[in-house]
Amino acid sequence: MINENSHTQYDVETDEELMNHLNNIIQECKNKPGMLIPILQQTQKLYGYLPEFAIRKISTELQIPFSEVAGIIGFYSFFSTKAKGKNVIRVCQGTACYVRGGKDLLSAFKNVLKVGVGETTKDKKFSLEVSRCFGACGLAPVITINDEVIQRVKSSSVAEIVKSVED
Amino acid sequence: MTTIYINNQQVEVPEGSSILEAAQQIGVKIPTLCHLIGHEAQGACRVCVVEVEGAKNLVASCATPVAEGMKVTTNTKLVRQARKFVVEMLLSEHDGDCKVCVRNEDCELKQLAYELGITDLRFEGEKTHRFIDDSTPALVRDSGKCIKCRRCVTVCCEVQGVGSLFPQKRGFQSTISPAFNEDLSHVICVQCGQCSAVCPVGAIVEKDHISAVWKALDDKSKHVIVQTAPAIRAALGECFGYEPGTLVTGKMVTSLRELGFDAVFDTNFAADLTIIEEGMELLTRLKTILVDKKEAALPQFTSCSPGWINFVEAFYPEMIDNLSTCKSPQQMFGALAKTYYANKIGKKPEEIIVVSVMPCTAKKFEAQRPEMTQNGIADVDYVLTTRELGKMIKQAGIIFRDLPDGIMDNPMGVSSGAADIFANTGGVMEAAIRTVYELVTGRELPTEHLHLEPLMGLEGVKIATLKLTDTLAEWKFLEGVEVKVGVAHSLINARKLIERVQKGEVFHFIEVMTCPGGCIGGGGQPRFTDDSVRLKRISAIYKEDEGKKLRKSHENLQIKQLYDEFLGKPLGEMAHHLLHTHYHSRN
Repeated sequence: MINENSHTQYDVETDEELMNHLNNIIQECKNKPGMLIPILQQTQKLYGYLPEFAIRKISTELQIPFSEVAGIIGFYSFFSTKAKGKNVIRVCQGTACYVRGGKDLLSAFKNVLKVGVGETTKDKKFSLEVSRCFGACGLAPVITINDEVIQRVKSSSVAEIVKSVED
Repeated sequence: MTTIYINNQQVEVPEGSSILEAAQQIGVKIPTLCHLIGHEAQGACRVCVVEVEGAKNLVASCATPVAEGMKVTTNTKLVRQARKFVVEMLLSEHDGDCKVCVRNEDCELKQLAYELGITDLRFEGEKTHRFIDDSTPALVRDSGKCIKCRRCVTVCCEVQGVGSLFPQKRGFQSTISPAFNEDLSHVICVQCGQCSAVCPVGAIVEKDHISAVWKALDDKSKHVIVQTAPAIRAALGECFGYEPGTLVTGKMVTSLRELGFDAVFDTNFAADLTIIEEGMELLTRLKTILVDKKEAALPQFTSCSPGWINFVEAFYPEMIDNLSTCKSPQQMFGALAKTYYANKIGKKPEEIIVVSVMPCTAKKFEAQRPEMTQNGIADVDYVLTTRELGKMIKQAGIIFRDLPDGIMDNPMGVSSGAADIFANTGGVMEAAIRTVYELVTGRELPTEHLHLEPLMGLEGVKIATLKLTDTLAEWKFLEGVEVKVGVAHSLINARKLIERVQKGEVFHFIEVMTCPGGCIGGGGQPRFTDDSVRLKRISAIYKEDEGKKLRKSHENLQIKQLYDEFLGKPLGEMAHHLLHTHYHSRN
């Protein structure tokens, strides 16, 4: 399998290479306390999401129950157990963004991309997510596309934004 | 020690105690829906709030440590209003119908709403997302009723070291579930039911076998017999208001007869049989190693507790060979009921229905294992928990307290005191040693009341050694051997003991019971079981044992008769076929 996700750390790797990376991540961190979340973050960076086999492996190696690891993944919206599209769009629904049009903005993205929150477009180009706060409340409403922050976004310009990323 | 004042009453408690513990010490009742004595505070339910002088807000008494001179009040307008509000909020999202809830009798939420004077539902909020998980043979989860108190998480992780359940997702979407809200059957769960024993509401309960048992009793073409586990007689009374630790053996027998069972037998009979088979198995393993110089898995692990079997299969598959091949007493009984007993009364196995009454939910799982069948016919058909039997007796309109004492039927109704103590942690080991010691030396176990003091009580891991001297000719290879045995109850302690074995510590025989205290603290016992209740049931069981003339399994004449008439010899071909089994990895 070739990993095509542009926001992963390693662009093209075989399953075996990915597994070696995962082993390194776990071995480096496993004996330090409080390292579950950093391991999950690095694993997500590696695969683009958290595949079940990786979660099971982390659970076994760290001797933390599978249910507990899953509970922590489910608690943080940053973590995803589904493979993501090439570009991840996060629409802030924190208080400031929400009152300044964040809700309508999210609807606009849903309409333009024709997906719901947490879903990925059929062509695997976009995943849509919500976020709680980027700490950029003065620029509300805010979205991020991959690692880029875009400020004061209007619902009317959503189609244009999506098109610019596609090109 | 720290001195504080609760409702103006002075109380001295060890430093670091919680306000809740201090209040319990002087008999001041503070309600809680999440706290379990002896475990770290969750602070999840917020029902235990109290006022502390000088504090800005009300504090959760379970999670607040005492401080010198602290002044606490537990019954003020503010406290009453807050508790009431908290319970009203819980009720607003609780998706349950009290009129028809299985926990109607002992629901802690319902009881608390009553005590706080809640007579109408002020808030009609959104309900918790409801899904029913009945994917396992033993337990049913109803997420709609769950109040997220996390008691089940505490017992699953801290008492059993299994970790099937954990809070998933967050906020209003959160559920207490296996990973990613999977069904319980898709993850490792040993089916012990300790979660169902601590759940304050009806969110986790045992799978109902009551309806099936009524149906069987109504079917006149079937010969329906019942067996009762050793632990039932010390707990069933609690369903009818008796103090924990009241022995109700005789009334239990009469009530079963009145329910319509065609014969009332004793699992204890099969417990005596287990001692013969398991004791011989241990001696055979020792002989294989010491005389034949061949390999055999030691220490031998007991195999009576099905949650423990599931635990080994899932977490320690490399140690499956250490498990005794003996079926549990429940399953030995079932196998004999449909062969030995069936022959005696001239019935075919399919005409006989075997019902068990067990203190256990995992027994429901065990009964449906494919290994526990003969020619496609299950050894045991239905398993009722102690709680379910209590309900059936009430459904039948039987006034339990007024019943005369009855005695068990023959030929599987007589048992020794050694069988009784199977109910207690350390009991199987003591029963086995009573027999093995006497078999090997020709002398009675030389301890007071035939007890093994180091193996009694609620210590998590217990160890004893016993030197064999002046052995009989047949057992000379054991002369001078110091037998070392270990006992663990609750699976987190079993883990500790296994780790010692894996590090190379030598043991010959290890008893593990899944639940804290042994079967008397099983997941199917009347609620609510804490250590004080466990100790009372344990002493009742020892009383039952000491009250019998017959104290050793090998002196049970019905067992001798069984071997003479039917089985042949211990570990013989027939015994192997009916009484022994095998296990497999679930990893």
